[in-house]
Amino acid sequence: MSSFEDVLAADRRIEPRDAVPDAYRSTMVRQIAQHAHSEIIGMQPEGYWITRAPSLRRKAILLAKVQDEAGHGLYLYSAAETLGVDRDDLTERLIDGRQKYSSIFNYPTLSYADVGVIGWLVDGAAICNQVPLCRSSYGPYARAMIRICKEESFHQRQGYELLLTMMGGTAAQRAQVQDAVDRWWWPSLMMFGPPDADSPNTARSMAWRIKRHTNDELRQRFVDMTVPQAERLGVTLPDPELRWNPGRGRHDFGTPDWDELKRVISGGGPCNAERIERRRRAHEDGAWVREAALAHAARRQEGETG
Amino acid sequence: MSWPLYEVFVRAKRGLNHVHVGSLHAPDDAAALRNARDLYTRRNEGVSIWVVRSDAVTASSPDEKDAFFDPSGDKVYRHPTFYPIPGDVPHI
Ligand SMILES: [Fe+2]
Ligand SMILES: [Fe+2]
Repeated sequence: MSSFEDVLAADRRIEPRDAVPDAYRSTMVRQIAQHAHSEIIGMQPEGYWITRAPSLRRKAILLAKVQDEAGHGLYLYSAAETLGVDRDDLTERLIDGRQKYSSIFNYPTLSYADVGVIGWLVDGAAICNQVPLCRSSYGPYARAMIRICKEESFHQRQGYELLLTMMGGTAAQRAQVQDAVDRWWWPSLMMFGPPDADSPNTARSMAWRIKRHTNDELRQRFVDMTVPQAERLGVTLPDPELRWNPGRGRHDFGTPDWDELKRVISGGGPCNAERIERRRRAHEDGAWVREAALAHAARRQEGETG
Repeated sequence: MSWPLYEVFVRAKRGLNHVHVGSLHAPDDAAALRNARDLYTRRNEGVSIWVVRSDAVTASSPDEKDAFFDPSGDKVYRHPTFYPIPGDVPHI
């Protein structure tokens, strides 16, 4: 097992088929699968607005963004499979609730401004989380993250541009943007996970270089990045404790409702049941297509050989 | 009964080799190629794609890594730096 530790100590990458501790493998599978599921479920809140987009231009942008998220899910399933798991099995685990996905996607998208706020805040938080993962110790995961991060920048910028446009519109449009910010701000902060004190696996994940920064470090980084963007946009972040702390050179901010995070993770969010049900239906309704494609492939091969 | 796994290789532009970019599932070769285009080249990342079924790949085993690559380890005379040449010899 010493070669595993040597590779980590030298900050090099673990590759498929290397001998690794069982716990490293299972942690990696869980993290990559959970990440893949998040990308796939993450298509739903925004996908809802594709048929309701206000212009052909916005519709094309949103379609491309949601298609990217599907792609992210597939890159990640592909990385998970290098650890010897089966993709169909991962889908089953998502559908029957044995594996989780990001709590953020259990909130509803109530207006078109939500599409902009998701791009700005949710994809923005995802970028904060994901950039350090481009140096994750597991090679296939790190490479998938590099590909994903390249695409995320478009996601965040299209969201912010959408919001700038709405803020330049009517009073009602500005109110929609503020309302969306009010609803998504705290759930976005929760995307970084529980506070460090309640995150027992962080130390081991950092030692294995699966994680590069703690949840609280990343959350702080996100707040510091976002505050000036909110000012420029002309919206108020819904946190009375949010202020610049010159002593720390960073922003102080309030505490997210951790009970809410626990509740949403364990199935009690506003849309948990709906998201999983939709995924289950898509999987089951698509079964005949998958079978027909296989039957077609088999028939064609018979034709070639016979 | 699920779709087989394919490995995907993309040539980013003329003059470069195809490089492995990941894998995907598809019912047959033709569908694998189309899926690879949609999945790995949504932003002009490639001018040519190869797909090959993963079960058709023969790979060296990481367990025998040292023994397998040993034969090239002790042949320093395969490298140009093995040969001392006086500094006043031009262009060599
Ligand atoms: Fe994504
Ligand atoms: Fe995204």
